[in-house]
Amino acid sequence: MSDLLTLAEQQRAGLQRPLRDQVAEAIFGEATTISDRALRNRGRTLALTQRLDDIFTSRIWGFPAMALLFALVFWITIVGSNVPSAMLGELLVGKGHPWLRDLATSAGFPWWLSGLLIDGMYLATAWVISVMLPPMAIFFPLFTLLEDFGYLPRVAFNLDRAFKWSGGHGKQALTMMMGFGCNAAGVTSTRIIDSPRERLIAIITNNFAICNGRWPTLILVSSLFVATMAPTGTQSIVAALTVGGVAVLGIITTILVSKLLSGTLLKGEASNFTLELPPYRPPRIMQTIATSMIDRTLKVLWRAIVMAAPAGLVIWTISNASVGGQTLAAWMVNGLDPIGLFVGLNGVILVAYIVAIPANEIVIPSILMLTLNLAKSGLAQQGVMLELDDQQVRDALVTHGGWTMLTAVNLLLFSLLHNPCSTTIMTIYKETRSVKWTAVATFLPLLLAFTVCTVVAVIWRSFG
Amino acid sequence: MSDACESCVVSGKADFQRFGVDVSDADAVVALAGNPNTGKTTLFNALTGLRMHVGNWPGKTVAQAIGGFRIRGRKYRLVDLPGTYSLLSNSPDEEVARDFLLFGEPDTTVVVCDATALERNLALVLQVLEITPRVVVAINLMDEARKRGIEIDHRELARDLGVPVVPISARIGLGIPSLLDSIEAVSMGKQGRTTPREMDYGPEIEAAIKPIMEQLRREHPSLKNARWVALRLLEGDPSVLNELRAGTLGLTTHAVGPEV
Repeated sequence: MSDLLTLAEQQRAGLQRPLRDQVAEAIFGEATTISDRALRNRGRTLALTQRLDDIFTSRIWGFPAMALLFALVFWITIVGSNVPSAMLGELLVGKGHPWLRDLATSAGFPWWLSGLLIDGMYLATAWVISVMLPPMAIFFPLFTLLEDFGYLPRVAFNLDRAFKWSGGHGKQALTMMMGFGCNAAGVTSTRIIDSPRERLIAIITNNFAICNGRWPTLILVSSLFVATMAPTGTQSIVAALTVGGVAVLGIITTILVSKLLSGTLLKGEASNFTLELPPYRPPRIMQTIATSMIDRTLKVLWRAIVMAAPAGLVIWTISNASVGGQTLAAWMVNGLDPIGLFVGLNGVILVAYIVAIPANEIVIPSILMLTLNLAKSGLAQQGVMLELDDQQVRDALVTHGGWTMLTAVNLLLFSLLHNPCSTTIMTIYKETRSVKWTAVATFLPLLLAFTVCTVVAVIWRSFG
Repeated sequence: MSDACESCVVSGKADFQRFGVDVSDADAVVALAGNPNTGKTTLFNALTGLRMHVGNWPGKTVAQAIGGFRIRGRKYRLVDLPGTYSLLSNSPDEEVARDFLLFGEPDTTVVVCDATALERNLALVLQVLEITPRVVVAINLMDEARKRGIEIDHRELARDLGVPVVPISARIGLGIPSLLDSIEAVSMGKQGRTTPREMDYGPEIEAAIKPIMEQLRREHPSLKNARWVALRLLEGDPSVLNELRAGTLGLTTHAVGPEV
C-alpha cells in the first residue's frame, strides 16, 4: 500500500510540467477536436442577450439598473399588497375574531381556554396570514421570474469585483442571492464554493441577505413609519426605496463583514473562478407563478402559521400568567426595556425577537400582540385595534408601544442584522460540523445588530 | 411523426410512466450529470413528473434529487447530480457528482450538454467517460441552438465518443422518447461502450502512470479502473489516497465498468 503511494509520489516528482495543466490541456484539446468535427455551424450570440447585457452588466449602468429593477419589484409588492392585506385583516381579525369569541362564549368555554385558543393561537395566526400572504404572493413570483429570466448571474457578475476586494469567493454573490429567499437554503448552496475558508465566509455572511421571513417586517415598517415622512402620493415609492435600501445595506454589510473576516479570523487570498452568464430566457410566466406560489409562498406561509400558533399560545400565556402582581410578559418587557430603549428599540421588540427565534416571520404579530396585551385595560374599553388597518396598527404602536421614528428605523436595522433563525443555525452546524463556527455565525450578527442600533440611537438623540 | 407528437411523452412510443418520488425496487439507476445550468433539473422534472424549482443560473442544484420513471415495465431510479464543469477539483459539489459515479453504480449516466456551448460541455463528457462507459449524451437546449443558427452533427459526435448522442429540448419535451430508448438500451447493455474511454495524456504522463497502473493491478487484481485510479494517485488526489489507505476503495468491489 505505502509502496503505491511512494511510487506515485516519485512519479509525480519526476514530472516536468504540472500534472493538472497537462491533464486539462489534454481534455480540452480533445474536446475542441471533437466539437470542431461535430459543429456544422457555430451560430451567433443572441442579439437580445447581447443588448441586455450591454445594460445589465455595464460598468456604468449595471448598478443603477439593478437598483431600479429591485425597487420596481418592491414597489409592485407594496402597492399590490395594500388592499388585499387590509381585506384579509378585516375578514380574519375584524370579523373572524369576534365571531369566534361569541361562539366560544355561547359554547361555555372557560375564559382561559378561549383566551389561549382565540386570543392566542387564532389571533397570531390570523395576523401572520393577513400581514404575510399578500406581499409574499406578489414578491415571490416576481423574484422567481427575475431568476428564471437569468438575471441573478448578472448580479453576481456586477458584484464580483466587490467580493474580490473583500477576500470572499465570487460565487458568494450567488449564494447570497439564494439567501434572499431563505438563509438556510443559502447556507446549503455554499457547497458550490470549493475553498473551505471562502465557504465559511459565505456561510457566516449569508444572514445579511434578507430572507422570506424578514421581507414582510421590512415592508410593513417601511410603509407604516418611514413612508409617512414623505408627501402623500410618493409614499409607496418611498416605502419601496426604503426596503430596497435596506436590502442594499445588507449587500454592503455582507461585503464589509467578509472583508473583516478575511482580514482576521479567516485570512487568505481570494481564489479565481469562471462565472458563466447564461443567455436570457423568456420565463414561462403562468408556470412560474404557479410553481412559486406552491413552492415558496404556501411553503413559507405554512411554516409561518405552524410557528405562529404556538407563539400565540406562549404570548397569551405570558401575558396572562401573573407572578408577584405582574404578568410574566410585563416582567420580561420591563426587564428588557432599559436595554431595548437604550439601543433605540424597546422591551417588547426584544421579547418578540426571543419568541421569534424559530422563525422571523412571527416578529410583527408578536410585537403587536405583546403591545396590545400589555395595554389591555385601555383597549378593552375602546374596542378598537383588532382590525389590521394600517392606521390603527401605527396608532397602536405609537400610543401603546411608545414607538418613534427611531424605533422604526432601528427595527429595520435590527431585522437586517440580527442572528439567523434556528433552522438556519441548525443548517450552519450541519454544513460546518463545528460548534465554534456555528457560534460565530450566530453571535457575530447579533453583536453587530446591537452595536449598529446603539450607534444610530446615540447619533439620533444627539440630533433630536 | 410531427414535432408535436414526438414532444408528447404519452405518444405511446416508449410506454412511459412517471413515478415522482416513489423509487422503491428500481430495476436500474440512472444518473444525470452535466455542466451547471444545462437543464438537468428541467430534464429531471420532465422524466419524473416532479417539480423541483429550476433556476436560470449555474449552481442551483447542490444536493442530489431523486425521482423515478418506468419504460416498458422496467423501473428506473433517476438521480439529479449537482452541475459541475469538471471532475478534477475537490469542491463539495464536484465530490458529490464524482463519488456517485464511482460508488453509486449508476447503470446509465446521462450527461446533459448545452448545445450552445458544446466544446466546454464535452470536456465533462470526456471525464465521465473515463470513469464509466455506460453513458448517454443528451444535447439539450436544441431549440435555443437552432435559433442561434448552431448546427450539430450528433451522429459524428456519437461515432467519436462511442456512446449514443440524443439531441433534446427538455423545456418543450422534444427528443425525450429517443432519449428514453437510449437510456433503456445502454442500461441493458445493448448499446454503447463496454469499456471506459481512454484519454491520451501525452508521453510524459503516460510514462508516469504506467508503473503505478502495473503496481495497482498487482496489489488490487479486482480493481476495475486502474488507469483512472493511477491518474488520481499521480495527481495526489487526497480523497482517493484516503480510500486506498482505509482499504475501502469501492472500485475493487463494485464494478465501475466491465473489466478492461
